Order: sequence, then structure tokens, then C-alpha cells
Amino acid sequence: MASNSSGSDSSDRQRIAQQRLSVIAGHLQRPVEGNSGILAAECKAQGDKLDVSSERRTVPRRRQEIMKWNGWGYSDSKFLYNKKGQAEFTGKRYRLSGMIIPGLREWMESTFSANLQHKTPAAPILNSSAVQPPTLNEAFLKELKSTGIPFSHDAEDRVFRSHGHCLHEIFALREGKIGRVPDLVVWPNCHNDVVKIVELACKHNVCLIPYGGGTSVSSALECPPEETRSIVSLDTSQMNRILWIDEKNLTAHVEAGIVGQDLERLLNESGYCTGHEPDSMEFSSLGGWVATRASGMKKNIYGNIEDLVVHIKMVTPRGVIEKSCQGPRMSTGPDVHHFIMGSEGTLGVVTEVTMKIRPMPEYQKYGSVVFPNFEMGVACLREVARQRCAPASIRLMDNEQFKFGHALKPQVSSIFTSFLDGLKKFYITKFKGFDPNRLCVATLLFEGDREKVLQHEKQVYDIAAKFGGLAAGEDNGQRGYMLTFVIAYLRDLGMDYYVIGESFETSMPWDRVLDICRNVKARIVRECKDKGVQFPPLSTCRVTQTYDAGACVYFYFAFNYRGLSDPVHVYEQVEHAAREEILANGGSLSHHHGVGKLRKEWMRESISSVGMGMLKSVKDYVDPNNIFGNRNLL
Amino acid sequence: MILLHLLYTLRSLNDDEEFTDILEERRRNTDLGYALRTFNPQPYKGAPSCSTSDLNKAVLESQYLRYIAKEIALETGSSVEKVRQEARGILEEMSHNLQLGFIRLMAYTFNKVFKRLFRSIYVNMEGLNMLQQAIQESPVILMPNHRSYVDFLIVSFVLFTYDIPIPVIAAGIPLASMKVVGEILRRSGAFFIRRAIGSDKLYWAVLSEYVRTIVRTGCAPLEFYVEGFRSRTLKSVVPKLGMMDMVLEPYFKGEVFDITLVPISISYDRVVEESLLALELLGVPKPKESTTGLFKASRVLQEDYGCMHVNFGRPLSVRQLCEGKINRSEYNLIPRDLPQRPSTEIQDCVNWLAHLIVRTQEEGALISPWSLMACLLLQAPITTLTEEGLQWHGLTEKTLWLRKLVLDFRGRLNWPDSDVMSSTVALHHSIVHHKAGRVYLVQDGNPASQDPLSPEEKVMRTAAAVLMLVSYRNQALHVFVRPGILATAIHITKSTQKDELFSFFCFLRDVFSSEFIFIPGRASQDFDEACSLLQKCGAVYISQQEVTVLETGLEVLSFLQKLLQPFLESYQLIFRYLCENGAHVFTEKQFLPAVRNLATKLILSGDLHTFEVLSSDTQKNVLSALRRLEAVTKLRASQQNEYKVNKAAVRRTGDILCKIICDIPVKIKLLFCVRLENFDLFLPCCL
Repeated sequence: MASNSSGSDSSDRQRIAQQRLSVIAGHLQRPVEGNSGILAAECKAQGDKLDVSSERRTVPRRRQEIMKWNGWGYSDSKFLYNKKGQAEFTGKRYRLSGMIIPGLREWMESTFSANLQHKTPAAPILNSSAVQPPTLNEAFLKELKSTGIPFSHDAEDRVFRSHGHCLHEIFALREGKIGRVPDLVVWPNCHNDVVKIVELACKHNVCLIPYGGGTSVSSALECPPEETRSIVSLDTSQMNRILWIDEKNLTAHVEAGIVGQDLERLLNESGYCTGHEPDSMEFSSLGGWVATRASGMKKNIYGNIEDLVVHIKMVTPRGVIEKSCQGPRMSTGPDVHHFIMGSEGTLGVVTEVTMKIRPMPEYQKYGSVVFPNFEMGVACLREVARQRCAPASIRLMDNEQFKFGHALKPQVSSIFTSFLDGLKKFYITKFKGFDPNRLCVATLLFEGDREKVLQHEKQVYDIAAKFGGLAAGEDNGQRGYMLTFVIAYLRDLGMDYYVIGESFETSMPWDRVLDICRNVKARIVRECKDKGVQFPPLSTCRVTQTYDAGACVYFYFAFNYRGLSDPVHVYEQVEHAAREEILANGGSLSHHHGVGKLRKEWMRESISSVGMGMLKSVKDYVDPNNIFGNRNLL
Repeated sequence: MILLHLLYTLRSLNDDEEFTDILEERRRNTDLGYALRTFNPQPYKGAPSCSTSDLNKAVLESQYLRYIAKEIALETGSSVEKVRQEARGILEEMSHNLQLGFIRLMAYTFNKVFKRLFRSIYVNMEGLNMLQQAIQESPVILMPNHRSYVDFLIVSFVLFTYDIPIPVIAAGIPLASMKVVGEILRRSGAFFIRRAIGSDKLYWAVLSEYVRTIVRTGCAPLEFYVEGFRSRTLKSVVPKLGMMDMVLEPYFKGEVFDITLVPISISYDRVVEESLLALELLGVPKPKESTTGLFKASRVLQEDYGCMHVNFGRPLSVRQLCEGKINRSEYNLIPRDLPQRPSTEIQDCVNWLAHLIVRTQEEGALISPWSLMACLLLQAPITTLTEEGLQWHGLTEKTLWLRKLVLDFRGRLNWPDSDVMSSTVALHHSIVHHKAGRVYLVQDGNPASQDPLSPEEKVMRTAAAVLMLVSYRNQALHVFVRPGILATAIHITKSTQKDELFSFFCFLRDVFSSEFIFIPGRASQDFDEACSLLQKCGAVYISQQEVTVLETGLEVLSFLQKLLQPFLESYQLIFRYLCENGAHVFTEKQFLPAVRNLATKLILSGDLHTFEVLSSDTQKNVLSALRRLEAVTKLRASQQNEYKVNKAAVRRTGDILCKIICDIPVKIKLLFCVRLENFDLFLPCCL
């Protein structure tokens, strides 16, 4: 998400993009492959013309070269407390990189009663001997070799593809505990490679688990422990080319393994963008978005994945499914795309997608509004949705998150800035009478023609004023969005000091937003108390998307687990209770994270028995032998 | 299970609890100073302070009322504006207008009055502390029992004294029509509900939205009587569910995280309106609530009414209680502003909760020595009480014996330290007097009238005195009911088989569930409780399959069985009346006097030994029991409460109650013989 965290004007963005490219280039001077298991093979793609050489891609086959094996994101980027006890974010990739964050320590200490003396360090390196030796299907392997598609059964490669980023998954890795992992990793290079792999898997009855960016938070990537067949992880990361761009129809045909940041960067080079920016876009892949029904931050302009997709090609055990044309809308029975979107890797592998593109916006502007309380904030968002004038993004943080965002302010360089900050605070709390323990802030992102953006901005601020909202500057807004990308890193810092937590999301009709926010937060607090958590938890939420008929809400929940013998179990019980609360209050099972295995138990009540039967019958037809056996969803 | 646990914790909690006399400090300081004290309560967190007019506006402008108004306009053909105007009128009549100034005035007057009426008003501080805590966490519903007009504002009075937010109180509309006083009550936080709402859709809508808005916003604690009205018999009344539904709906619909219910048990040594109540039960109409009436009643200020106990129960979380019982997602598919009939699951849960609250109120009530005496006095033949007098010595001894039994049964006693018996009798000089070692029932003669009383009038006169006794007995009844029913089951079935006893226990529990409070669906727990209590006091021995009566337990069993005997007899009589007399269809207006006449006749002929069947309360309870058992049905179309009786069904029920008693197995008969001589154990049940 370089583009977002990098600055408000395009020259800044370009600069950061350049910087990122050079960093990545560094990684790409690969060491000589020591792993005998990997075979190189070229795959001829259809649209070589636009194909950018794979050397420019973010994600190498060996993810371990640039990414943490037991935490979020890049190995070089993380929060830590330096020798002076100040929080610091390392690396060079982000706007916050290399900066001191003076407020974080106090916030952590006061919010969680955490203490720098009480550390819970992670296992430093992956102990390969803890990984079970692979169960290989020799016949499959033999035929696979003959295709020339690269594969590996190296322990590290396998462990990397055995998990997403649920708390329990990362917690186990930090403790060096490794459960069932795939027995083999294959890296198809194109659609045809996938066709071959799926054919072989069917022939030899091997279980396939597609792997895109590995950012799942629904236990979707976990290998079912009851699976006795050889499990092959199908890593799409090397299928990462833009095959063509159709400027007349504004569409691009892209291989599904491309990760969000590469897709945007490459399209940007041609003056286009998709505008699809889920919080995970640095690492998550196009195929993953399709398979989970992803939602992007700027969906108000560009739409969610289902609005963006024009054509999908998926390889299933029954063969390849795709539509015959690219008409923008069709009445040809139920849309088969909707069997694919949200199928979570249970039906096949998405290999190529045609999606809408847009010219890059001329102008981008952040903004923020402070409201006296959360209720007013929600009322304002509702009005904005009613008038259908939502900016590219509008998000409302509650008071706790506002404070959290505040704690993440980097050290200010001049006395003048800090004086100004003090003045602002005085104005809002003393002059305007906002209670610092109740006020909340909405962050905004406008995009488009400069003139229209300014006009739009005025319209939104006028509405906000009706609900007691005060404009609070671009900087606050931008920091709000930056938080999205670093929050996952922050969890790793928390886990170094007995703090565990996670986020989960839901969607609901407008009239239930306030009730669900209040009830779920209160439920979390009560459950923590009941489950013996010694310190009050952080239980906070934000409204992240607005729709005509409702909104999407994110909950963040974390607590200090000192004194608990099985903190992950406690965490899971509380999250479970919170989900029950959401459902009891009329919230959905998921807005965009998906179901995976984590939320499977509620599927029947969510979509009815008949609905389950419909999905089941599709699965039975498409994949009768359960080759795509990750057991998600159903 | 949770419930049992709950009741026990409640009990154990209260046992070591200290009561504080709040009048004591008042007697030392000036009333005015007290009334003008700073009042600075901690409200429900996050609750906006909302004025009366804000509240009313929110109600009138609610989506719900808009919808209903539109619907009614469509149905009746009038304009929406007109319907809304009507709604505004209803709300004006209903709404409270709580003002601190009037709370102060109320506090000042109450101080004066209470210091006259009562020696002490005891309040449990621990309960108050928990309440104070609870009020800050979620909307609180205060649920006192209602035994006297005196307690109408007592909770407000206590809360004012301890800096806790003043509640708004649901009251009957007759209070509102009292001159001046109605307005004072309104400004002290009362809101007024019409008695017979029937099918007035708009009224229901306004009332329910008003109540829900109070709960949703948490702007003030809400106080209401779950029993629906003042119990004329001092016995707990089967709870009414209308208010309960409204109060709980915001939780069911997820509009609040939780709701806290606080059962409050108010108990009196002596109830101010004791004789009025008895007369009312005998069909003498109660005086209409009026301000002049209130002043006339000022002669009651001359009397001593002993002590009053206000026991604040442990706050109960609705969320916790409902866990696993209901699925709130049934409200997910319809806008919550629209009326939606709750599922039977939710209705059952509300019913269960309401019963639980009343049971908790019972558990929290303090039993006075006088209640125990009343139990015993009522077991003596009526001629002994009215003519020969009951031996004082025997009575006091037996009272002490009963005290021990109550403690065994985990009842909560209010037992003063010294001079218990004679001071108790002195306090109740309006009912009994103690002369030359004997105790006599005081029969409130009307010496002014020279005409000698007719026999029927004499019966009524005695009945008035007896019913006063009955009401004090009723205050202790909840402790004895479960073991009492088991004792009755043992007595009637003559069985030792546990399962046989259990099924008869359940039968009696069904028949009497309008009479006593049984929590629905808890029959087996009730039975277990009865068994363990009887075993604990050494009355029976309980094995896996059998319940064996012990020689040492005969006194207890006979006491318990005689305690419930009047109910059995009354029900029998009314069953017989329904089977033998009258048509298949009758109105309540015909039924009550007819039963009363028949009973009077039988009392005079010596065939009936209880006066309780004369009480309209008993008569109505029998009717509702039969309706529940579907032996009597209320005719829908009828305006004046017409009932249709299924004589065969009534007879069947009556037969089960009486038949078995007529052929007692010899073995058990022998066991009881020892006692029969002394205690006249078997009253003729088959009349």
C-alpha cells in the first residue's frame, strides 16, 4: 500500500514507488538456488507484449527471502522498543519507517497494563526438524516432474504455506509449534500449468490447496488435520503478469496470482488503476480477492471485487469454467461468477481475471472530521450514505481508536508543530466542549478531478457540520489510513509483550450499527472478565464502509494475557462469543474476510439449510472427489 | 440449576446482612434539612440527561408510533394527524414529570408520616450498594412487591436518601385522578396506566413505546409492580406479563446490552390497610382513591404499625438469565420499529423471568413472628378463637417450634430480641386480644347498631377477622408451600413411592399455580426442594425410590397439611358448585355471590370449616386455575366476562383431589392415628 501511505500528492507517490522498486530490486538478486527440489520452467503467456519481467515482482518463490515466517509482512519492517525504551518502526518501506513513536509506549502500558520488563519473545528461527516429513504421492510427483513445473518439499516452503494470519496460527508459529503442513509446494507459471496440475491431482487423488498471498484470517489455509492424502499447496504467486490492457473498454486481463501492490503499480505505469485497495493489498492476490469476495477501501468509487470483475477463468476438476464473452451484464441464469466468488478455494483455482480499470485520479485529498461522540458520527455517515455522496473512503473510528491513532503519531520535528497540535486540542476540547473521552474521528479520502474533489469535500463537510462535526485536517486523515497498514505489524509488537489480539468484521443495516457496536464491545469486555483475563481488554470498533442500506464495521480486540495458562483458547472463546453477539443482533457472518474454517459452524444458520444444499450440490458436481480439499465454507 | 444456585447465593448473601434503620438518623436531624440536602446521584453511564419533554417528544416521533398511527388511520378511516393528536393526548395523561423539587417535598412529607407510622424502616445497605453499582452499568428495573399504598413511593424515598437516581414509577390511573396528590405523584416520577386497556391499539402503542424509550435511554430507573397491583391477600400474585414484555423488549431487540432487574421485597409488621383489604375481599367495595379519602385516613396516623423492611435483592442480569433460553436473531428480518409478535420461546422466557422475580421477592421478604402465630391460630377451630379462647402458653410454645421449622426451611425471619410474643400480640390488637392466659379473635362489631346480627352477618363478621389473620399467614406461606404440597401428597395418596408422589405433587402444583408462585418448568426442582426440606427437618426419610414418613415428623407433616387444607377445601367447594349448580355458562358477577352464599350456608350448617372460600381472591384463583386446566373457558365475544364450564372436566379434577382421601390404606391410616386424636387431621374433604 505504498501509494496510500506515501503522501497526498502524486510526486510524493512516485518517489515512494521508486524507492520501493529499488528495495525490491535488492531482494531480487537471488542467491543461487540451493534447493534441489525447485525446477525452473518458462511458461509462454499469451500477451508477452505487456508482460513485465518477473524480476520486478514483489513476491519471490521463496517468500522467506523477504518476509517473516512467524509474523506479519516484510522481515525488515517491525516495531520494537529501542535501547531508550522508545517505540520505533524499522525499515524504509513505510512512511513511519525509521521514526520514533513517542506515545506508543505509554499507550500500550496504560491500555493493556503491559510492561516492557515482561517479554514473550518469539522463537527466532524455524526449526525444520519440528516439521513433519512430507507424505509424497510418488506417482503424482513423477508426472509433475515431467511437466517441468517448479515444486519443492523444503520444510520452510511448506510451513510458509500452511497458515494465514489468524491469531492462533501466528501464536503457534512464535512458539515454534507446527501442525499439519502441505507436503509439497508447486509454482505454476500460467493457466496451462494449473490445468496440468489439477489434471494430475485428479488422476492421482492428491489434495490441492490454492495459495495466493497468504493473508487469510479465517483459517482457510490450515491443512485439515483429518486429510490423509498428500496435500499440495498450489502457490499462484508466479502467475503475476498483466496479460493485456484494453484501453477502449477500460479492462485489463491479469493473471490471478498478482498481488495488489504490483497490480496497481504496473497499471499506474500505464496511467491506470483498478482502485481496489483492501487493507491487505500489499500481499493479497487477485485470485484471493475473487475467492473470498474481497472489498476495497475505495469501493465507493470503484466497487467491491464483484463489481470490478468482468470475466473469470477458473480451473476445476471438471475442467475450465469461463464465460464466452465480456458483456458488462448478462441475463443468463444465475451468474456463475457468483459460484466462484467466495468459493474460498473449494472448487478450483482462479487463474485469470479480466477486471475493470480506470484512469488514475488526477487529485487525491485526505481529510478528517471530529465528532463530539460516536453516535453523532454514525448519524453523519448515515446521512452521507443517504445522500449518496460518500467520498472514495469514509471511516469512523471510535474514541479508543482515536486515542490509539493519536498514540501512533511520530515524533514531531518542530516545536511549532507541537504547539499547533496543542492549540488544536485546546480548541476542540475546551472551546468546543468536546469530551476527550467521547469524541471520535472520521477519516476521509477524496479522489477525482481537482475541482470536483473540492466541491465534494465541501458537501461532505457541510453534512458533517450538521452533526456537530469539525474539520480536523488532512494529516489526521492520512494517519488514519496509514494505521491500517501498520496495525498488523503492531500485533507482533504486542505479542512480544503478552498482548494478543485481532480484528474481525461484519456488516449490518444502518439502524443496528450503534447497537451492534455497543453490544459487541460490551460483550467482549464481559467475556474477558468471565474468562479470567486479568486486565481490562482493548475493545474498539470502526465503521469502515457505507452502503445504501447499511455499513461494514470492524472490531479490534486485544488483551494482556499475563496470568492465563491458555491465552489463545481464551481469545478464541471471546471472539466466538463476540460473533454470536453480532449474529444475535442482526449482523452478518462476514463482510469480506470470508468464512474459511473459523466461521463454518454458523454457515447453516446464515444461509439456511436449502442454501447449504445448493452450495453443496455445486461442490459435489464440480469436485466430486474433493480434490480441492481445504474444507472451507461448507 | 442456575436458578437454584442464584436463589441460594441470594439467600446466603442476605443472611449475614445488616439492616440499617433509615428513620433513626431522620429522628435526630431536621426534616427540612434532610429534604434540602444536596442530591447528586451517579446516573447510568453514557445516558444523556433527558428531560420529560425530550422523552415525550422521542416517544411521539418514534418510527413505531408513526407506523401504528398510519395503520390505525387506515383501519378507522380517520386522518393520521388526528390519530397522532389522540396519541399526544394519551401521552399527556400518562407521562411522568419528575422534578427534584417535588422529590424533596415528597421526602419531607414522608419523613413526617413515616416517623409517625413506623418505629423503624430497615433497609439492607449491601443491596443498596449493589444497586448503586448496577445503575451505572445498565438500565435498571426496580421490581418491588406491593402490599400497601404506603410503599408506593418508599423506594424513591430510600433512593433519595442514598443519592441514587430517582425512578419513574408505573402507577394505576385512579391515582392520577386524585386532586393535587395525583399531580404530586406525577412530579415525583409516577406515570399512569389505565386499568382496562383491552384492545385499544393506540393506547398499547403509546404505553409500550413510552416504557421502551425509558429503558432504551436509561434516563431513569424504571419501577413497576410485576404482580400488577397491590396484593389484597398479602400473598404474592401470579405476575402480569404486559409490562414485563415491554421492559424486556429493548434487550431482546439488541437495543441495550443488558437490563438489570432488582427484586425488592417490602415487608410489614402490620399493614396499614389490613381491615380494608379483608372487607374488600368479602365484596365490600373499596373506597375510591380520593384526596379527601386520604385525609380521612389520617386517623391511621394515630396507630402503631411496627417496623417496615425494604430488602433490595441482588441485581439480576437479564442477559445472563436468558442465556441459552432464547434466540434473539428472530428480530433480524423485520425492522425493529415495527410491531412483531414475539415467539413462544420469548414469551415463555418472559413468563419464567417474571415468576423468578416474584419468587425472589418472596425469598427476600422477612417473616414476622405474627405471621407464624397467624398460621397457628388459623389451625384452631373457629369456636375456640371466638368463644373459648386459645391457650396463650400453648400458642407461644408452638410459635417457637414453628420458628425453628422456618429456619430449617431457610426462611428469613424478623425476630426481635426481646418480649417477642406479647409485643407482637399487642401490635395486632385489632385482630386478637390476650386476656387471662387466653387469646381471642377480635370481631370488629359495630356496637352503634342496636339490631342483633343475623347469622349470615355474624359469619361475615367472623370472616373479616379471619381473613385478616389469613393475610398475615400468607406472608409466611411461600416458605411452606413446597414441603406443604408434598405433605399433602403424602397424606392424600398414602404412597411411599417417590414417582407416585411426584406425579401427585405435580398435579397439586398445577391446580394451585394461580394460588402460589411456582416457576414454570421447575416441577422436579420444586419436588426435590420439598423432599430435601422435609428430610432436613426430620419429617421423612428419602431413599432412591421411596419417601418414608418418620414418627418424629408427624407434627411437621400435620402442620403443613393443615396449612394447605383451607385451599383444598375451598377448591373442592367451588368445584362442587360448578358441577352441581348453575348453568353451563355464567358470568363472574353471578359466580362470586353464588359461591359466597353457598359457602355461608355450609359454614352455618357446620359442613365447611374454612372462611377462605368467602374471599373473592380465592374464588377468582379457582376460576383461573380451571381456565388453565381448560375445564372452564372464557367466552371470547362476551363483554361481561362470561365463562363456559366443562362439568366433566371439573368433576374429574375434583375427584382426584378428594376420592383418594376417602379410601385411605389402612397401614398409613394407623401411622397417622396417633396424631389424629389431637389434631383433627382429616377434615371432610368430600363435602
